[in-house]
Amino acid sequence: MASVTIRELKKAYGTTQVMHGVDLDINDGEFVVFVGPSGCGKSTLLRMIAGLEEITDGTVAIGDSVVNDVAPSKRGVAMVFQTYALYPHMTVYKNMSFGLKQAKTPADEIDRRVKAAAEVLQITDYLSRSPRNLSGGQRQRVAIGRAIVRDPEVFLFDEPLSNLDAGLRVQTRLEIARLHERLGSTMIYVTHDQVEAMTLADKIVVLRDGRVEQVGSPIHLYEQPDNTFVAQFIGSPKMNFFEGSDIVGNASTDITGIRPEHLRETDAANAMVSGKLELIEQLGEYALVHLTTSSGAEFIAKMEHPPSVGKGDTLHFNASQQLIHKFDKQSGQRRT
Amino acid sequence: MAIVARSSKFSRIMWPTVAWIVALIFFFPIFWMVFTSFKTDADAVKPEFLFSFKPTLENYFNMTENYDYWRFAANSVITSSFATILALVVGVPAAYAMAFNPSRHTKDILVWMLSTKMLPAAAVLYPMTFLTKNMLGIYDTHFLVIVVLCLINLPIVIWMLFTYFKEIPKEIIEAGKMDGVDTWGEIKDILIPLAWGGVASTALLCFIFCWNEAYWTVRLTTTEAATLSKLIEGNRAPEGLFFGRLSAVSTAAVGPIIVLGWFCQKQLVQGLTFGAVK
Repeated sequence: MASVTIRELKKAYGTTQVMHGVDLDINDGEFVVFVGPSGCGKSTLLRMIAGLEEITDGTVAIGDSVVNDVAPSKRGVAMVFQTYALYPHMTVYKNMSFGLKQAKTPADEIDRRVKAAAEVLQITDYLSRSPRNLSGGQRQRVAIGRAIVRDPEVFLFDEPLSNLDAGLRVQTRLEIARLHERLGSTMIYVTHDQVEAMTLADKIVVLRDGRVEQVGSPIHLYEQPDNTFVAQFIGSPKMNFFEGSDIVGNASTDITGIRPEHLRETDAANAMVSGKLELIEQLGEYALVHLTTSSGAEFIAKMEHPPSVGKGDTLHFNASQQLIHKFDKQSGQRRT
Repeated sequence: MAIVARSSKFSRIMWPTVAWIVALIFFFPIFWMVFTSFKTDADAVKPEFLFSFKPTLENYFNMTENYDYWRFAANSVITSSFATILALVVGVPAAYAMAFNPSRHTKDILVWMLSTKMLPAAAVLYPMTFLTKNMLGIYDTHFLVIVVLCLINLPIVIWMLFTYFKEIPKEIIEAGKMDGVDTWGEIKDILIPLAWGGVASTALLCFIFCWNEAYWTVRLTTTEAATLSKLIEGNRAPEGLFFGRLSAVSTAAVGPIIVLGWFCQKQLVQGLTFGAVK
């Protein structure tokens, strides 16, 4: 187990700079999720920690030592790839033991570790199969097994669930959470899915355009987003923004943010914001009600019971003061 | 429906017929050559004897006893094999580097390599002969033939290998890096096993090209390193055409490669369509 310390990390391809000086502290045993839209640099950052991408400037330290010039296999990290990246010509057993063999681990030790990892991941029955005879979920477990047997200080996951179907994704997500609990290792996980980020992370790092937008616990990011980008990225459906006179008590230099789940239906007299009903998405447990304000801005309200009014009718909402977010219109930064 | 049925019945008969006719036209010279090789030189020039003749093995005995067929054949085997091995030894790392660590210039290098095939061989005949004969003293050696055969096939070898290697997901090589294999290990334990079909068909094609090469093997050898191409060339006697003899030599020269191709055709087709069917 080890901490990871990143200082002033930069990456450039030729003259194109893609990481603009990232600083990050990942504590020993922490589960950290890098999240952001595609092209934000989250995978690049992970690959720089892994040693698969050269570092243009700055340092990556694992434990106490800077690993900038250390080979990937000597960094004490193991990676699980999005595409699993299993060796198709080797059996599951060989896939899992390949790294240990390269490290000249004694055969009985290899055998013990592979079998122990297979036990944990419930893939003991597949050890002699080749990857092509496994389902996507089984392959992903083998990929995780390949990482576990190396007993790394830091686990790196690069969008490990994005090739799985929805049901399997939830199941594997749980398994990864359990694995973290069981092993207690430092884990760094890249995803573009904020649900994965919220459910797995001790700490979320939100990235945009090669810069860190905010670092914090999932609930902190949900309750206290630093800016409009984080506010809309964390939480689903995303936060509603109101400008100008669409909402009561909004200064002209401000944006007011209210999450759909925090809007409460009320009467016209108590309304903060009103909108014309456009569409209702009935999801059983709740309904997502799409509305437009008088200025034409769209917003969503999450309601337990769908309103009994027709399309084009006006609905009124308010929200409790502590659930209202204020951002500077120009910079997008949170007003304290 | 009736029209469709009739036309499909017609095409069921017509297309195979056309295919057979075309195939026979293409095959005819080989067929003629094999027949002629079993005729005496006198019979060989009479067209009416195409089928009606008394078969003789005289040409073949003559070839092995008087023309030293086995020495030429051995030279062909030696030079083609070693040239193929050398081309792979150079080509695999080159294609590996370009497929997995491409630079801004990789495309240019690939095109440049292919462009060397566009130069007419005749343009460098004089410098090649002069340099190898008068300056380096390696004219008519196995070494020279192997190097030349390797070099003229290297662009094709690298291009083919590059295409196969490109098919391998980069993550698998990266997984190897995470597992701690060195560059040689990546090639030996991951790349070659994964691209085995491609490497094999590249090797096979390179071997066939080396075996069939005639321009340089005829001009850069006399006796020591002369291959079967040279033997055929040598039997093209100026004082008259000994078709029987020439046909026997030619049949014995192309025979081994046709047999090799026949046995490896599954591998060859699989390798050549690797990208398409995957």
